Amino acid sequence: METVTITMKNPPALYLEADNVSPDTFAGKTAAQIGDLSVHEGNTTSTLGKYFEISGNAGASAADTKIVIKGDVKKVKYLGFKMSAGEVAVEGSTDQYAGAWMTGGKMQVKGNVDAFAGIAMKGGELSIEGNAGNYLGAAYRGDWRGMSGGRILVKGDAGSDIGMYMTGGEMIINGNVDVHVCTHAEGGKVIIKGNAKTKVGGQMVDGTIFVFGTIDVMMPGFKPAGEVEMEVDGVKGKFAHYIGDTGERHKKKKGQVVYANLYKKI
Amino acid sequence: MSEYIIKNGHVFDPVQGVKGDKADVSIKDGKIVDKVGSGAKVIDAKGKTVMAGAVEIHAHIAGPKVNMGRIYRPEDKLFTCTPTRGMERMGGGNSIPTTFKTGYEYAKMGYTTAMEAAMPPLFSRHVHEEIRDTPIIDEAAFPVFGNNWFVLEYLKDHEIENTAAYIAWLLRVTKGYAVKVVNPGGTEAWAWGLNCLSVNDPVPYFDITPAEIVKGLIEANEYLGLPHSLHIHPNNLGNPGCYETTLDTLKLAEGIKARNKFGREQVMHLTHSQFHSYGGTNWGDFESKAKEITDYVNKNKNITIDTGNVTLDETTTMTADGPFEHHLTGLNHLKWANIDVELETGSGVVPYIYSPNISVCAIQWAIGLEIALLSKDPMRCYITTDHPNAGPFTRYPRVIKWLMSTKAREAQINAFKHKDKVLSQTGLGTMDREISLYEIAQMTRAGPAKSLGLSGMCGGLKPGMDADVAVYDFNPDKPVVNPDDIEKAFSRCAHVFKSGVEVVTNGEIVNNGHKRTLWVNVKVKENPQVMRDINEKFLKYYSITQANYEALGHHFVPNPYTVEVDATQVQV
Repeated sequence: METVTITMKNPPALYLEADNVSPDTFAGKTAAQIGDLSVHEGNTTSTLGKYFEISGNAGASAADTKIVIKGDVKKVKYLGFKMSAGEVAVEGSTDQYAGAWMTGGKMQVKGNVDAFAGIAMKGGELSIEGNAGNYLGAAYRGDWRGMSGGRILVKGDAGSDIGMYMTGGEMIINGNVDVHVCTHAEGGKVIIKGNAKTKVGGQMVDGTIFVFGTIDVMMPGFKPAGEVEMEVDGVKGKFAHYIGDTGERHKKKKGQVVYANLYKKI
Repeated sequence: MSEYIIKNGHVFDPVQGVKGDKADVSIKDGKIVDKVGSGAKVIDAKGKTVMAGAVEIHAHIAGPKVNMGRIYRPEDKLFTCTPTRGMERMGGGNSIPTTFKTGYEYAKMGYTTAMEAAMPPLFSRHVHEEIRDTPIIDEAAFPVFGNNWFVLEYLKDHEIENTAAYIAWLLRVTKGYAVKVVNPGGTEAWAWGLNCLSVNDPVPYFDITPAEIVKGLIEANEYLGLPHSLHIHPNNLGNPGCYETTLDTLKLAEGIKARNKFGREQVMHLTHSQFHSYGGTNWGDFESKAKEITDYVNKNKNITIDTGNVTLDETTTMTADGPFEHHLTGLNHLKWANIDVELETGSGVVPYIYSPNISVCAIQWAIGLEIALLSKDPMRCYITTDHPNAGPFTRYPRVIKWLMSTKAREAQINAFKHKDKVLSQTGLGTMDREISLYEIAQMTRAGPAKSLGLSGMCGGLKPGMDADVAVYDFNPDKPVVNPDDIEKAFSRCAHVFKSGVEVVTNGEIVNNGHKRTLWVNVKVKENPQVMRDINEKFLKYYSITQANYEALGHHFVPNPYTVEVDATQVQV
C-alpha cells in the first residue's frame, strides 16, 4: 500500500470543500497530479495544492492507497467522500461530511468530526476517536435512505439525529448521545454505551438500539416486552426489552408483526 | 435577423410529407423561407437528421405542485447540480429540475415548445413566474376545470353557454391555453374524503357525475372553438382494471365533431394513456389492456392520445388527482404532500421508484411502449413520460430508442427480474414494429402541434412556419449497429434553432432565445350572469380578492403570444 501525506500549510479563510480527498480519486496519481485536483472555497474553485503540501504518490488502485491528513483541517469538509476502498487517516479534527456516502475501506479520525459524518454510508469502517456531531450515519436531507451498511465507531459522544432513516449496518457510541436516535429507522443496530436523552427510536419501524446508561424520557410508542440476559459488544448484562414504535406502520414477516427493538441495560 | 441555410441534411417533415430526402432548410427573420441570400450562414447537416423543433404536449414543469416537489425533495438535487457555465445559469434536480435546467434540457434535445399540463387557476401567477424563468422554449399552461365549482354548478344544469363564458374569462385572467380535466369530480370528492372511480359516481354535494362534466366541457370547448380540445386525465387512474373507466370516458366523445379554425380534428385528448390501460383485478393479476385502448382510439378519429412512458427511474409523481396520490403513498410508504386549492382543484406529490426488479413497474414500462406500437396513426399518438410522473422528460431519447429498436426492447426485457411476467401480462414480446424517423417526427412534432391547434406555427418545416429546427447527429442512411447510438443522438442536438435564433450548438446552449408564453384570448358575447357569479364567489368564498387573481402585465407574461378566438357569433 502506498501512502500519500497531505499537510495543511495554508488554511482557508472560509470552509474548504475537499470532496476529491479519497483513495478513489487519488488512485493512480502522482503527488503533483493530486495537487492539481480541485477544491472549493466559498464560490471559488482552486487546487488542493494551494492549501496542502502533498508528499508521496498514490497506489494503482483505491485499495492500494492510504491518505494521511496532517495539520489543522477543522475547516475542511468531505474528507473520504464516497470512498470505496483504501484508507484515510485524519490526525486532527475535521468538519462536516467526513466519510459521507462511503462504500468501503477504512477511515480514522483522531479528533472530532462535525455533522453528517458517514451519511448514507453503505460499507467500510469509520472510526472517530473524539466526538461526532449531529446526523451521524443519517440520510441526506429529505432522503429516506440512511446508513445501510458498514460500521461507525465513536470513542466519545455523538450529537443529535444519529442513525436517522438507518436501514442497516452498525454504530457504536462509547459516550453519550443527544436527542433523536434512529428516527424512522428501518434496520441496523446502534449501541450507545453512555446516556441518551429523549426521542430514542421515534417512528422507528425496524432495527435495534441498545442503551447502557440512562434515557431521560422514553418514547410513549415503545412498550415493555420483558427482560433478557445477553452479551452486547463484549458486555454481559440484563436488559429491559421494549418494542415499538407502536404508533407506526410495521411490516409483517411470516405472519408476525416486525417491531424495532430497544434494549436498556438494567 | 440573421439568415441561415441548413444544407444537405436528411429532412423528416410530416407537414410537407418529406421522408428523409436530402434537402436544404432556409431561415430568415425567424421563419422558414423558400430561399435565402448568398450571405446566409451555412450549417452543414450532411449525414445528419433534420426535423422541426419538437413539441411537448404534456409535462409538469412549472407551478406550485412542481415547486412543492422541489421543496420537499432536496435529495432530487443531490449530485445533480451544475454550476454557471457559458450561457447557462446554475441548475439542478433530476425529476424536478429547476426552471433554468428545464429550459436547457428541452432545448438540448431539440424541443422548442412545451405545455405545462395542469395549472391551478388560483396559482396562475406562480405558474407564469416559473414559465418566465424557463429559458428558450415557448410555453403554455392548461388551467384545470374538472373540479371547479363554477363548472360543476353550470354543468349540473347543462348550461353550456355559461360554462363557455366562464372558460373564456378564466383563460384570459390566468393566461391559459386549453381546458384540462383531471379526475373529473374526483378531486372535489377528495375534499370530502371520497373519490369518483367511474364516470357515473356522483360528486358529493354538487350531485353531478364525471360523465356530465366531461361531456359538458367538450361541448363548451367546441362552442368556443378553442385551438386545443379537452385534455383529459380520466377517473380511476393507475388502478388494475381501470381501462374500462377509460373506455367509458372515451365514449363520451362519440358523435362530437371538432369545430375550430385551427385545423384540429379531435375533440378529446387522452393524456398519459399508459396509466389508464390496466387490466386485472389486483397487482397480482395486473395486465396490459393497451390493445383494447388503442383499438378504440384507432377507430375513432376524434380522439388523440399521448403515451406516458415509464422510464424505469426514480422520480416524483405529482398530479391534481389528489386521491390517487394518497392511494400511492399507501402503496410505497414514501413521503406525501397534499394541497387543496380552494373552489378549484387540489393536488398531491409522492416520490416513486420504477424499479426494473418489480413486476408491476416492468409491466407498466411495456404498456407505454405497446400503446405507441399499436397506434396506427402516429399523427394521433404522441410520446410523453407525463414528466415527471412516469419518468423525467430527459429520458425521451431512451424512449425513442426503445420505440425504434426491437433489439433495445429485447435487451431491456431480458434485464428484468420478472421477464416472464412482462411476456405473459403484455403483448410487447411479440411486437416487431420499429418506429421510423418519419413516425418519430409525427409523434413528437407535427402530431402534437396539430392537436394543439398550432400546426400553422410549429411542428413542421414549411415556409412561413416559425423557424424551430433541430439537427441531430444521426445518419439515417447507415444501419444502426448499437441502439444506444439512437439515444445518444437524440440526447444532444448538433444544432437547434428557436424562432430563427441558434440556441444550441454541439449540445451546448449558445443563446437564451426569446421565450414566449402562448395563451388563448377568446371573445364571447357579454354574459352578465357569469360575471355576477364570479363577483359573488370572490366575495363569498375566495380568500383573495378578484383584483389579486389575474396574471397580468409584464411581470407575469413578459413576452406573450396571443392566439385570438372569436366566439361572439356562435349560435347554440
